[in-house]
Amino acid sequence: MSDFLSKYRPLFHKGGKYEKYNPLFESFDTLLFVPAATTSKGSHIRDGIDLKRTMITVVLAMIPALIFGIWNTGHQHFLALGEFIAVGDGMMEKMLFGAELVLPVVIVSYGVGLGVEFIFGMKNGHSLQEGFLVSGMLIPLILPISTPLWMVAVATIFAVVIGKEVFGGTGMNIVNVALTARAFLFFAYPTKMSGDKVWIATDGANTVDGFSGATALGDLAGTVSLDRASDAAKQTMQMFEDGGVYSMYNSIMGFIPGSIGETSVIAIGLGALLLLITGIASWRVMVSSIVGGLVMAVLFNVWDANSFMGLDPIHQLMLGGFMFGMVFMATDPVTAAQTAKGQWIYGFLVGFIAILVRVFNPAYPEGVMMAILFMNVMAPLVDHYVIEGNISKRLKRAKLASSQS
Amino acid sequence: MQELFSIFVKGIFMENMIFAYFLGMCSYLAVSKTVKTGVGLGAAVIFVLGITVPVNYLLENYVLKEGALAWLDEDFATLDLSFLGFIMFIAVIASMVQLVEMIVEKFAPALYGALGIFLPLIAVNCAILGGSLFMQERAYATIGQATAFGIGSGIGWFLAIVAIAAIREKITYSNVPAPLRGLGITFIITGLMGIAFMSFMGIEI
Repeated sequence: MSDFLSKYRPLFHKGGKYEKYNPLFESFDTLLFVPAATTSKGSHIRDGIDLKRTMITVVLAMIPALIFGIWNTGHQHFLALGEFIAVGDGMMEKMLFGAELVLPVVIVSYGVGLGVEFIFGMKNGHSLQEGFLVSGMLIPLILPISTPLWMVAVATIFAVVIGKEVFGGTGMNIVNVALTARAFLFFAYPTKMSGDKVWIATDGANTVDGFSGATALGDLAGTVSLDRASDAAKQTMQMFEDGGVYSMYNSIMGFIPGSIGETSVIAIGLGALLLLITGIASWRVMVSSIVGGLVMAVLFNVWDANSFMGLDPIHQLMLGGFMFGMVFMATDPVTAAQTAKGQWIYGFLVGFIAILVRVFNPAYPEGVMMAILFMNVMAPLVDHYVIEGNISKRLKRAKLASSQS
Repeated sequence: MQELFSIFVKGIFMENMIFAYFLGMCSYLAVSKTVKTGVGLGAAVIFVLGITVPVNYLLENYVLKEGALAWLDEDFATLDLSFLGFIMFIAVIASMVQLVEMIVEKFAPALYGALGIFLPLIAVNCAILGGSLFMQERAYATIGQATAFGIGSGIGWFLAIVAIAAIREKITYSNVPAPLRGLGITFIITGLMGIAFMSFMGIEI
């Protein structure tokens, strides 16, 4: 295979027959083997890792969440129909049903996104940029299962072009590409992105009595306007106790409705472990964002003005996209803060605002996405002031040293 | 007290002058190349908004509004001077901007040079007049509320300009496509920031 590719390489180089398609060839080649041009001398750090390996690692880290998402899609479907209610039942059916729905979304997202990348790559003469490997996986995972495929395609084009390519491509974007896609769909087609019709694939079949279809957070947001003592509010809160649909166990394992990849804290935790061991994601952001979310949740718990605020703080963090966002999206090395101190501040604020928006804003119970977007925008400012602070501190130290000598 | 706090926070986030109403864009786009000048202009806008909104509030309620002059004499109870509103508001704003200009020139000549024409142009910055007109439209009950609104929306504008200035500093060396360099990319960033700020819309405090 390597020989085969090497044989045809000249064709794609400058002056070759297929010069225009060099990006295509190049990216395929380096995906399988090491790049043709490697550094052989000089003061370079020699390391097997490059952008492509980094991205592949992140994609690998998302695989558990994807597989779980596929299974959960089927699980929720059959749960709604009243079949295979026990978790262990009908493994094959659930996997097959989920795969049938989830894989097309993944394929569309990758196909469209890479297509756009190829066009830009050929036009600008740079090789295909690997950044989309991650975004292409993230986009399906943060969408509700019933998103029409054309919407996925439109959102992907928007996100790749406006979110990334206009800034000069991978590594230059200021907001997370996958989140741009999600936010675009959220504001352009709100009915397809929230509410209680979109989270579970029912195919219009008859559902069992008592089926609601809302997410845990959707239900919680519904209680904010209710009197705490009212029956409806109590009924909702009962679902969060042991044995309920959204019990702590179910929320951690992920047996609840939600976006495709976001429900299972366990699957996300596996990914997080891989990211932390390889050192690709910043542990500072991860730790501080979870601390930030916890602080806000505890504050709300103390305030306790309505049922949503009264929810157990740990439970609060396990619901919705919080963990997924903190592990895979807040830690995006391009859009997060770059300085160590900045990462602490950035992460803390992401977690803090995520819970704040979720509880305060009845329209967006899934506030994590917006919080990360908001802090993406603010990250350069945080960095700027951290650096300024360092400069003035060192100046002071230098002055002190010179005055003493 | 809670009312004041709510108006203040709303002015910063939910009803941000830049990202919710897209007011005051001209100086926002022009002076946001570096964080330093951004901070200078932003501080000037906070000051001007913080003064002009309460002053205009007094004008509106004790001179201009229908029956506002009743405190002077019973005969004026039906007098309506609101057609003078724009002129009076602008006069107040222009004089405040004069004041800011003199202060900045005296105490921070370097900043004065960096801001250039955009400092006097605060007088015609739509965010400033917009602040006074929003005050009139929303009919705040006390001067305290008007002040909270003025300072809050000033801080919102400040936050917007320093945030975009930091982003523009960050992307200085990015390989932006040639047709979009400069103003074009700034507009796109502003749009993306607008999406990010939409997270706060709809929050009731």
